[in-house]
Amino acid sequence: MRHNSTVLDEVSETGSILSGPVESRDFPEWFREQQRDGWEQFASLPSPKRKDQLWRFSNVDLLNLTPFKFGGALPNKERNAILEQSRGLDKVAARLIFAGDQLIERDVLSDQLKKRGVIFQPLERAMAEHADLFRKHFMSQPAILGSAKFAALHQALVSSGTFLYVPRGVEVELPIEIFHWLHGENASAFPHLLLVTDELAKVTVIESFCSLDKEAAGFACGVNDLIAGPGAKVTYVCMQNWGSEVVALQMNSTIVDHDASAMSLNLHLGGKYSRFESLSRLIGEGGRSDLLAISVANGTQEFDARTLQDHISPHTASDLLYKNALGDRARTTFGGLIRVEPHAHFTDAYQKVRNLLLSDDSEANSMPGLEILADNVRCTHGATSGQIDADELFYLRTRGIPVPIAQRLIVSGFLNEVIQRLDQEAIADHLRRLIEDKFANG
Amino acid sequence: MKTETSAVDINRSIGDFAYPEVHVRDAGAGLSEKTIHYISDVKEDPDWVREFRLRGLKTFLEKPLPTHWASKDLEAIDFDKIRYYLSPGTEAKRTWEEVPEDIKRTFERLGIPEQERKFLAGVEAQFDSEAVYSNIKKAVGEQGVIFVGSTEGLKKYPEIFRKWFGKVIPIADNKFSALNSAVFSGGSFIYVPPGVKVKHPLQAYFRINAENFGQFERTLIIADEGSEVTYMEGCTAPKFNTTTLHSAVVELVALKGAKIQYITVQNWSANVFNLVTKRGLAQENAEVKWIDCNIGSRLTMKYPSVIMKGRKSRGEVLSIALANDGQHQDTGAKMIHAADETTSNIISKSISIGKGRATYRGLVHVPKHLKNCKNNTECDALLINATSRTDTYPAITVRGTGNAVQHEASVSQVSAEQIFYMQQRGLTEAQAMSLSVNGFVNDLVRQFPMEYSVELKRLIELEMEGSVG
Repeated sequence: MRHNSTVLDEVSETGSILSGPVESRDFPEWFREQQRDGWEQFASLPSPKRKDQLWRFSNVDLLNLTPFKFGGALPNKERNAILEQSRGLDKVAARLIFAGDQLIERDVLSDQLKKRGVIFQPLERAMAEHADLFRKHFMSQPAILGSAKFAALHQALVSSGTFLYVPRGVEVELPIEIFHWLHGENASAFPHLLLVTDELAKVTVIESFCSLDKEAAGFACGVNDLIAGPGAKVTYVCMQNWGSEVVALQMNSTIVDHDASAMSLNLHLGGKYSRFESLSRLIGEGGRSDLLAISVANGTQEFDARTLQDHISPHTASDLLYKNALGDRARTTFGGLIRVEPHAHFTDAYQKVRNLLLSDDSEANSMPGLEILADNVRCTHGATSGQIDADELFYLRTRGIPVPIAQRLIVSGFLNEVIQRLDQEAIADHLRRLIEDKFANG
Repeated sequence: MKTETSAVDINRSIGDFAYPEVHVRDAGAGLSEKTIHYISDVKEDPDWVREFRLRGLKTFLEKPLPTHWASKDLEAIDFDKIRYYLSPGTEAKRTWEEVPEDIKRTFERLGIPEQERKFLAGVEAQFDSEAVYSNIKKAVGEQGVIFVGSTEGLKKYPEIFRKWFGKVIPIADNKFSALNSAVFSGGSFIYVPPGVKVKHPLQAYFRINAENFGQFERTLIIADEGSEVTYMEGCTAPKFNTTTLHSAVVELVALKGAKIQYITVQNWSANVFNLVTKRGLAQENAEVKWIDCNIGSRLTMKYPSVIMKGRKSRGEVLSIALANDGQHQDTGAKMIHAADETTSNIISKSISIGKGRATYRGLVHVPKHLKNCKNNTECDALLINATSRTDTYPAITVRGTGNAVQHEASVSQVSAEQIFYMQQRGLTEAQAMSLSVNGFVNDLVRQFPMEYSVELKRLIELEMEGSVG
């Protein structure tokens, strides 16, 4: 927070993110108030330490935010390059493309969907036009998986993002697509998605995170909140493909009301250090949450996933499947917890993490946890770490397939189990393509 | 099970008795350098032990309580009110006849028949901090096995004792190992010479019998090349009004090709803090196996570990925990693979009754460039009542290819169909429940020596009383 006007000049669009919220932006007063609160919290909360249980195994030294700046101006050439490279699905219901937290293109919804009350807007418009609905849900979930400090930073510095509302009974057939780009050296982004579905609504969102310059350092600190109303069906697919020098934190929370189902799939490919926190709260009977993730880690990449399947209501189900393929000197950490609150009987919860180690210097850490405070439950978890089966490799070689290709096939097969769970062919193909690209380009 | 009944206070009268205290030597309450010097003076410690104790005290005072991951209940321990050393002032006894009458009565109340003891190779019963009875069958002694109290061990056999003492568990391993290092007294020292296979288990009973008195025994077992030994410890403690602290350190060293099996049945009364550090070191081809059964205490924190330092060494932890009202069994295992072709196995079963909480905390570590290491971990938790709680917190690190690690855990309750089936065969619900719980742990209990599995089944039945119906 800067009140002094002389200092304000320095906090231009290219100022350091550690100088606080940018006052010049045209936000409603309540939102500025929240930003100031967020900034105060960020300043007062301690930085994570290795000894903190929620940061165990994490390389917290990588979280130095000093070099990072707000996004600068976007030259036309780069803008065109971004638009050119924002290739996702062939058919989408609508699309937003952000570069450095600025909206650079939008494909709007069909009139039909608009008429039925679907709202798909950048954050800054939604907070003005749908203030009540927006305020009710915006940043309403506490970050309890370790990144409270960074959630506060996000709240202080978020300047754009997506608000999607699907009213009662409306089914959006085609996926909605969102791109977030980082451009320039030491750039930062604070991507935000707020998805609210009313009773029996249905929607799929796919969100991509990419860097224009693959080697540029950068910082991303995103929040996405998914709210599945009673009987609603929400699918969220995240494709994290930041450049190799990006430090990224993403805090997800999913609220699943009665008879609703939420499925999320997170594909982690990019970044130097990428942490993903996923909180799934089952608050109504008959709710179901599927948490899926794939990490393909190589070089010195570090992926850090923390999850909580929080069963608050009786008769709820959750199923987590995380798979990591690790090469070179890569590290992954999985810290997951199934929590069954008192009285949440008839919970059916599952959690499985599988690590495939492809090199001698890779390291996989798994902490699959359970906290069960009700007795009529069925909870299971499993964690395995292993390598490519020698017999499988041998079989492929006898068929004349060279070792590197055979290995790649086996890894693809290993990861494919997760993708298949999506049951959406177009998105699955896109995910497979991205994984293949990573294999091909290293 | 749909019936939600509150667990009724179980009958603990079996361990609930105390005899008048006769303590010739008492260090008073609280912990300072003075206490350490007092203990060292009374025990006539060699200088290196006195220094070791002082280092332990310094580390203990420096280290914070591990409440950032462990139970906040630890804060309830008032370290200033604890008496850190007392001794009945009697010398270690050699024959049964010389054992004081009231201690014999204690054994009787524990239900250990005299005949059963005849089967035991050696009995080392600890009453408060000093061994009051110790007897090794002639045959074991002739084989060259040393089985004495730790105080006697460090004085009589310093050349073996010092080589390994504090090496497997360094003073600064954790706050409570530091505390033990400062004030330890009692416990066993065992040395098994090369190639000697001790047929009968060596056995020791530990009891706490002075109010506010912490017991800090220290056990060191060294199995020389190719030898084999089984050690059993069992404990029940009389009930007292204020909390008691038990903080032991147990170090096992299995040299090349040796096998050590360490069996514990812990049944402290429900006001005891039981904070124990247990770790074994396995050299090439050696095996360390912990069988750990926790039934009593208010809070137990115990994670038996094996460091597999030699090629083809093996580590195993079999653990049963039973948590009733007011109890928190925070148990688990640590497996540190430090050589090729090492294998480890962890099987943990826990039962939570009433408001009891059972926690599994585990660590499996496979560093890089190791080949063909295997770990298998299985944790099963059984919940009896709606208010019961169970947690599982494993941490698994695997580096590199060529190793296989798997962890699996499940949480369930006694199946209603099973109970129904047994009830229609004429059993009461409580009997059916008890049978079902015994069935749940049966495949582990079977691995216990016979007399322990009998005792264990009895203890489980006792704990299950009043939990349903």
